Amino acid sequence: MTLVILSLAFWLAAYLFNNWLAKSRWSGSRAVRLAVPAIFGVTVIVVWEGLVRGLNVPMVILPAPSAIATRFAASLDLLWIDFVQTVVKGALTGYLIGTGAAFVTAVLIDRSLFLKRGLLPVGNFIAALPIVGTAPILVMWFGFDWQSKAAVVVAMVFFPMLVNTVQGLADTGKMQRDLMATWSASYWQTLFKLRLPAAMPAVFNGLKIATTLALIGAIVAEFFGSPIKGMGFRISTAVGTLGLDMVWAEITVAALAGSAFYGAVAMVERAVTFWHPSQRN
Amino acid sequence: MKSVLPILTVVVAIVLIWYAAAIPMNAQWARDQAARADTTLTTSELIADTLSQDRPRLPAPHQVVVELWNSTGDMVLAGRGLSNRSLILHAWYTLSATLLGFAIGTAAGILLAVGIVYNRAMDMAVMPWAIASQTIPILAIAPMIIVVLNSVGVQGLVPKAIISAYLSFFPVVVGMVKGLRSPNASQLDLLQTYNASRNNSFWKLRLPSSMPYFFTALKIGIAAALVGAIVGELPTGAVRGLGARMLSGSYYGQTIQIWSALFAAALLAAALVGIVGLIERLMLRRMGMEQ
Repeated sequence: MTLVILSLAFWLAAYLFNNWLAKSRWSGSRAVRLAVPAIFGVTVIVVWEGLVRGLNVPMVILPAPSAIATRFAASLDLLWIDFVQTVVKGALTGYLIGTGAAFVTAVLIDRSLFLKRGLLPVGNFIAALPIVGTAPILVMWFGFDWQSKAAVVVAMVFFPMLVNTVQGLADTGKMQRDLMATWSASYWQTLFKLRLPAAMPAVFNGLKIATTLALIGAIVAEFFGSPIKGMGFRISTAVGTLGLDMVWAEITVAALAGSAFYGAVAMVERAVTFWHPSQRN
Repeated sequence: MKSVLPILTVVVAIVLIWYAAAIPMNAQWARDQAARADTTLTTSELIADTLSQDRPRLPAPHQVVVELWNSTGDMVLAGRGLSNRSLILHAWYTLSATLLGFAIGTAAGILLAVGIVYNRAMDMAVMPWAIASQTIPILAIAPMIIVVLNSVGVQGLVPKAIISAYLSFFPVVVGMVKGLRSPNASQLDLLQTYNASRNNSFWKLRLPSSMPYFFTALKIGIAAALVGAIVGELPTGAVRGLGARMLSGSYYGQTIQIWSALFAAALLAAALVGIVGLIERLMLRRMGMEQ
């Protein structure tokens, strides 16, 4: 009981402290802007730990953060094998193939107004569909190993990427295109010097959306069959044996991998589209 | 209207490519069967066979359409519209979980967004996490939610709805915060000169001007909620729902069943997004915000 009260007290104290920080005269500073969400995150973990221990919540319902951390540290090699299988082989391969194919397709269909008019609504439509549902079919076609996961990822990222790139390629003003025409620039010169650079913000938007989709596709496809490794496989088998600390450890890996993947793409974006207003501080 | 012809062309092209792909993908099986029966197939016989197998690697479009009709309209005509083999019943299981979860997730998302907009501490503390959580494959926790809730005795609709709610929650929070902040400084200043209370400025300025953002978020949210409900049906071992149809289809190699469940899910998603879009158009028109 004391643990419950202690954790609630910690929560109240952190809340008041955060409130004070946010209203204080340093609230605009970089340190406070980092500290406030960090305090919130720590509070969640402390309250979680306190409530789970104080109320004796059984492990099969919600393991404490400390139990998850212990399991995480104890099975690093297993988590690494799963990470390589799902993220590197499945998600990353599929991501590169899918976004690359979509990018090339977008540049090709961009030359034809007819194709653009036809493919853009269809692509938008398909992008909203539950494409993870193709996972059982693709697992049947490409086998249980990572190839089928990569195929699901390709199917998931292709259309969002295509739609974004096509929209990006249309993202130049008439004045700019006229200027290129007065310099008698060829189609390819206009493409490489004007339209592709101008398309980069939209392209990176598509690439960022695709990072999350790639991980979701690779993990969910493993629920339909996989070799005895992989994050989705481990989650579904660990859930079956009620080893919830293992499930949470895998979720931690997924969260870290997702954030790192997204962060990496965002960093490349900053370097490539440094000229865009949204990147200026 | 000028894009009707291009769209139709693309759709027809997809169907043609599909037929063309079905022939080589199913040809191996047809040849094996013929070799086992000690017959040889002519090309036309081979093509006819590849498009009419019971368990093809890639069913032809018309086979999927026939299966869809057989498990929906035909069963209704036979008076068994809600039998266990009917896709209507399974679609309803999925749809009810989707809608319940979507309603919960949207309501919670709006509340959190209002809190974030009006409380600076909450904004600084929660918003970075809300944005970061969008980069995380949340769907991975679906099996755990199902099994944990099952072990405390909650079954059926609610666990799936919780996954749907979770998935539709974050897009709504992010979109709604953007929307509630969309009034510009001069509009807020105007209300200040009218001596409007915080309440007034919320109901008369912030909430109305958030509507376009809100509906964009709703369209993302309802599509995510449907995916959540479908994935939520997988770990319970293929009992009911469209996800269960896909899983049992993949267990028994019933490819046509998988494809028809997939198409039912796609139609459902299109209908849900379409309905939200229609409400958006009607509402924005009444509010005079039509683009």
